[in-house]
Amino acid sequence: MSHSVTETFREESLELFSELETALLALEEQPDNEALVDQAFRALHTLKGSSGLVGFEDVAAFCHEAEAVFELARSGQRRVDKELVSLSLSALDHLKEMLSACFEGAVAETEQTERLVAAFRAFLPDEETPDASTAPLGGDELNREGTIYRIRFRPGPQIFRRGVRPQLLLQELAHLGEAILVAQMDAVPALDELDPEECWVYWDIILTTRADENEIRDVFIFVEDDCELTIQVIDDTGLLDDAEDYKLLGEILVEKGDLPQDALEQFLSDKKKLGETLVEAGVVNLDKVEAALVEQRRVQQLRRQRHVAKVTESIRVKSERLDKLVNLVGEMVTVQARLSQLSSARSDGELMAVTEEVERMVWDLRDLVLTIRMVPVGGMFSSFKRLVRDLGADLGKDVMLVTEGGETELDKTLVDRLNDPMVHLIRNAIDHGIETSAEREASGKSSKGILTLSAAHVGANVVLVVEDDGAGLDVARIREAAVQKGLLSATAEPTDREISALLFEPGLSTANIVSNVSGRGVGMDVVRQSIDALRGSIEIESTPGQGTRFIIKLPLTLAIIDGLLVNIGSDQFILPLSAIEECVELTAKEKALAHGRNLIRVRGETIPYVRLRNEFALSGEAPEIEQVVIAHLDRGRVGFVVDHVVGEHQTVIKNLGRMYQDIAGVSGATILGDGRVALIIDLTQLADVAEKTEAKHCH
Amino acid sequence: MSDEKGATQQYVSFSLGEELFAVEVTRAREILSLVPVTPVPQTPDYLLGVINLRGQVVPVVDMRRKLGLPVGEQTRDTCIIIMEVLVDGEVLVVGALADAVREVLDLADDQIEPPPRLGSRLKTEYIQGMGKVDELFLILLDIDRVFSTEDLQFVQDAAEETEPAHE
Repeated sequence: MSHSVTETFREESLELFSELETALLALEEQPDNEALVDQAFRALHTLKGSSGLVGFEDVAAFCHEAEAVFELARSGQRRVDKELVSLSLSALDHLKEMLSACFEGAVAETEQTERLVAAFRAFLPDEETPDASTAPLGGDELNREGTIYRIRFRPGPQIFRRGVRPQLLLQELAHLGEAILVAQMDAVPALDELDPEECWVYWDIILTTRADENEIRDVFIFVEDDCELTIQVIDDTGLLDDAEDYKLLGEILVEKGDLPQDALEQFLSDKKKLGETLVEAGVVNLDKVEAALVEQRRVQQLRRQRHVAKVTESIRVKSERLDKLVNLVGEMVTVQARLSQLSSARSDGELMAVTEEVERMVWDLRDLVLTIRMVPVGGMFSSFKRLVRDLGADLGKDVMLVTEGGETELDKTLVDRLNDPMVHLIRNAIDHGIETSAEREASGKSSKGILTLSAAHVGANVVLVVEDDGAGLDVARIREAAVQKGLLSATAEPTDREISALLFEPGLSTANIVSNVSGRGVGMDVVRQSIDALRGSIEIESTPGQGTRFIIKLPLTLAIIDGLLVNIGSDQFILPLSAIEECVELTAKEKALAHGRNLIRVRGETIPYVRLRNEFALSGEAPEIEQVVIAHLDRGRVGFVVDHVVGEHQTVIKNLGRMYQDIAGVSGATILGDGRVALIIDLTQLADVAEKTEAKHCH
Repeated sequence: MSDEKGATQQYVSFSLGEELFAVEVTRAREILSLVPVTPVPQTPDYLLGVINLRGQVVPVVDMRRKLGLPVGEQTRDTCIIIMEVLVDGEVLVVGALADAVREVLDLADDQIEPPPRLGSRLKTEYIQGMGKVDELFLILLDIDRVFSTEDLQFVQDAAEETEPAHE
């Protein structure tokens, strides 16, 4: 079996699984929703077809059993109930195992398969024990009326080498309705040039079916990249030509009997528009030509629309290709910055104009490329439905998952890397946050606990919230534990918020505390680390008796940020612009006024500042007037002292790599217009480090 | 081609002070003349910083410091050898700062002796063997070991030192 087809199927199957799971879980809530039954059926059907195509016959047979039951539900002969949903969910889990066994080349255990198959068969009426083999060619849907499609399937010559058997595809197509196949041989080379391992035959298929174009396309989904596939709706079944346009005006007229064939031929040599000529000659009248033209235009227009609709459909692209694209655009942004720098040094008007144009286009390109990587978080949210359902069932708690803002988009990489911390938070919320139904009723709440996942754009960030309506954090117990662990002095008077934040400290994240505390804490420090690694932040808010909220704030993308380029001596650094509010001057006089303390007054407010020169132990003298870049961080406003502010810089983030992991205050590097490398400062981290060093000096 | 028993390997040799070193030629990707290096704060001094290698940010290691040799002056011949090293199964691209690159030479297996136990001022843990060409001795470096995890860990230790202990 060819690697790439199997690989495509592997990816595809993951999507189908999640589609099926979503449909099943939703069916549990609304068992009568036909669209959902349909969705589940289609997912099973596609899984069956595709696994058969790649040769996983036992998987296909298994899908068929489940599909048969959903077919009944679809035709209204059977209601979907909890029992069926539960069975289907177990079947789904089993399918996943079967498939991963198939991908590994192993044989899945058959005991469970048989048990589930028997369970599915129990749902079917007795006389109709289904046969696992597929229906004969030209299947059962023959009698239904449908649309007529003209399909040209022209596989690439290499198709056999990829392990694809066109016959199977054509058979599957035939299952959709009534298919008339015409094999086209004109491309087959002469015998002495023919390579028997190449496929030169192509097929024209006239398919009458109730399936829509997408379903037809799905048949070819695994060979999509490897074949030419045109699918057109036609109104007469006889035509098998290449013409994209509808019939010519003359043909229509002849067909309608408005114009004799010989008269048409006589006029065809004329250069004038046929319609005009015909009318002039009085062969047909103007109305008839007009009507034919309307028909022609209408059909052409419809086709054009269909063509446009086809273009806006999505296509599947490997994410590594996108990464390459993002990298390339990143480099282009860098080169463009260099170009701008050179051209502004030259004061050549013409060059400047071109440079500006390039600059605009590069920025547009950058924005576009970044949006390609964006995916809605709703996909991730719905993948948690199952988790919530199973966890609730395991712990004997009745939990409902509510999601909001699922359409909010986030970088694919971020979404992938968010999965683990989110799972962790959800587990904690259900395990420790939400109480049992009895406890809830006792405290006057509804017996069903609610877990809310929401997402929203806030400025240049995306904010994700995991919220439960449980008992809230037991602040007193956390405080006690923190004092025990030496994270808090016994005499300190922290606010509740500060105490909650302690949960993210590694020391507190031990199971023995959590098991006693009705709050949470298992591996919370790991959650924070993962969020930190995504350049995000996490906070807890909790109201006793009412619930707990985890608020995760993330950047939109990991690839490119707007930065502020600054100088310290000959060294250049980038500060992330998103947090920066303003820049003010720091004069020697002001420094004297603060009596050596690192504080500056800005419009009445006193702001602490960090000197990058000291923090990074950079050599050289500071200029007479320094610049303070004021940033709004979670801890409040903090100033960062630099020599000069150069200006805004489109910053393509480069990883510093393994040798420079975890350097406090540095989050990455970027390449400047002159080709040099500048470090990107992590303002929050740097402020933390500065605070700790200062605390050390005070002791 | 050599008729002697055992295969020959190609090595690229470079000098650090008086000593001649060599690494397998397959590990050296290219040789750059010295370019400005951006220092990274709070790192051990043998880590000079990072450079831009056609859009990739590549760390540069001062081989003299790394191997415990006295620090030298930078000259016209000073260069950066871009190497591929294998650390924990991951290929890293690293620049090695050397005084000068000499030549590419063939060494047969019988021209290579095991590393000396004594009499070397160098950290022997980094030495793969000693190559003998005419009257010259070449120190063959085990570069994976030179950039091994334990030493990379040292970077992290240094960073942690700047944080006060929880007391």
